[in-house]
Amino acid sequence: MNSLSVRHLLGINELNSEDIQRILSTATEFKEVLQRPIKKVPSLRDITIANLFFENSTRTKLSFELAQKRLSADVLNFSGSQSSLAKGETLVDTANNILAMKVDMVVIRHSAPGSSHFLAKRLAGFPKSKHAQIINAGDGTHEHPTQALLDAFTLQEHLGNLAEKRIAIVGDILHSRVALSNIRCLQKLGAKVSVCGPPTLIPKHIEQLGVKVYHRLQDVVNSHDALNMLRIQKERQEGSYFPGNYEYARFYGLQQQHLLGIDRPPLVLHPGPMNRGVEISSEVADRPESLILDQVENGVAVRMAVLFLLASRP
Amino acid sequence: MQSRLLWNGKHMQERIQRLAIQVLEFHAQYPNPVLIGVQPRGTFLAHRIQEALAQLAPELSWDFGLLDITFHRDDFRRRNKPAEPAATQLSVSLENRRVILIDDVLYTGRTIRAALDALQSFGRPSSVQLLVLVDRRLTRELPIQADFVGFKAESQSHQKILVEWEEFHGQDQILVANDNTP
Repeated sequence: MNSLSVRHLLGINELNSEDIQRILSTATEFKEVLQRPIKKVPSLRDITIANLFFENSTRTKLSFELAQKRLSADVLNFSGSQSSLAKGETLVDTANNILAMKVDMVVIRHSAPGSSHFLAKRLAGFPKSKHAQIINAGDGTHEHPTQALLDAFTLQEHLGNLAEKRIAIVGDILHSRVALSNIRCLQKLGAKVSVCGPPTLIPKHIEQLGVKVYHRLQDVVNSHDALNMLRIQKERQEGSYFPGNYEYARFYGLQQQHLLGIDRPPLVLHPGPMNRGVEISSEVADRPESLILDQVENGVAVRMAVLFLLASRP
Repeated sequence: MQSRLLWNGKHMQERIQRLAIQVLEFHAQYPNPVLIGVQPRGTFLAHRIQEALAQLAPELSWDFGLLDITFHRDDFRRRNKPAEPAATQLSVSLENRRVILIDDVLYTGRTIRAALDALQSFGRPSSVQLLVLVDRRLTRELPIQADFVGFKAESQSHQKILVEWEEFHGQDQILVANDNTP
């Protein structure tokens, strides 16, 4: 077996299917570590990681931080609003200053699509910063690779090999970085991916990614192995894409009644945070079969695998 | 890679049988030790010991586990081979138990150091013994010795000891080769 083919984790786009399988199988071993009485291993004890979160996050930030601590890394936390950014410092200067303190890895979340690519490219030109490894924790509406990996890991746990499995991503595809990363990741694992949502929230020409487009929720519920229900991203929407939450919930909110009367109802995932009563009803979110908290649990193991494999590149 | 036969399958089976008897004797003194094979290569020997024990004393049952030490190695980021974790299967707590670690070859002692570290995650054993098939006694880098030894090998550090198993390699044998890998 080889090391990962990439130095940074910028997006699923840059990974090949062997890389993805490698990350998922390593995550299985870390999931076992997380069941032990002592959930910590010393692998990354000589590594320092800075978490640069220029955009709000609860789950991803905590999950990365916990993964880093379980691997015994030293962790620096940084959030955009309390920093020199407010004084006008640029992204590259901020990153260079942090890396000058001998930091090995940077986990970055930023509202600008492509920000982690930009950073990886620019840092390569600075002698003090060129060895740093970048992990994208969400760049605007572009990619969120670790979310896609943990979704794939959770699906694999329940569906086995994802080849030929039918998986639908439902909701605000247009503003979602989870959607693009998920489409790429699932396709690289051989799954058949569909998207479903109101026409205003489905990007034009998305068929060119090889996905099937649906506009009726019940159609995808009836014909798919799993549904990934995306959040309506109010904060990214400029203008009006649907009349209101009530209408959205009525046409695209997943309800208990959608799942009744189906022999094998699809698995239900949600990357969080949930708008209860909008894209997913509380009855569906809180069913015992719901995988939403499994996703959160698996997130730590998957992020441990990513950090471990990137750090172990010779 | 040029290799030379050190011990054949018949020798190996005899020694494994003897090691199993030594484990039984240990059990007579300190009942119910936990047997733990070190992943990946210690698992073959651990399974053989388990089979031999089942034949020698079918009335006894043993706590048995496999331990992966990849995340505890001290050469992380220092070698060119990518780290490849294997499964840990350990369903019992080691708190106050006597543990017998099982590996195929004791060479520098670094694997066993990592295994001792990894064991801590499962509780505090009251004692840990080490059982190996081959003890390369001239090449130790840490103060670690085995308690139960199948064969003693006088090999040097430029050599490699290869333990092959019927269930994986096709036949039981132990070879010595000159190691040309950097």
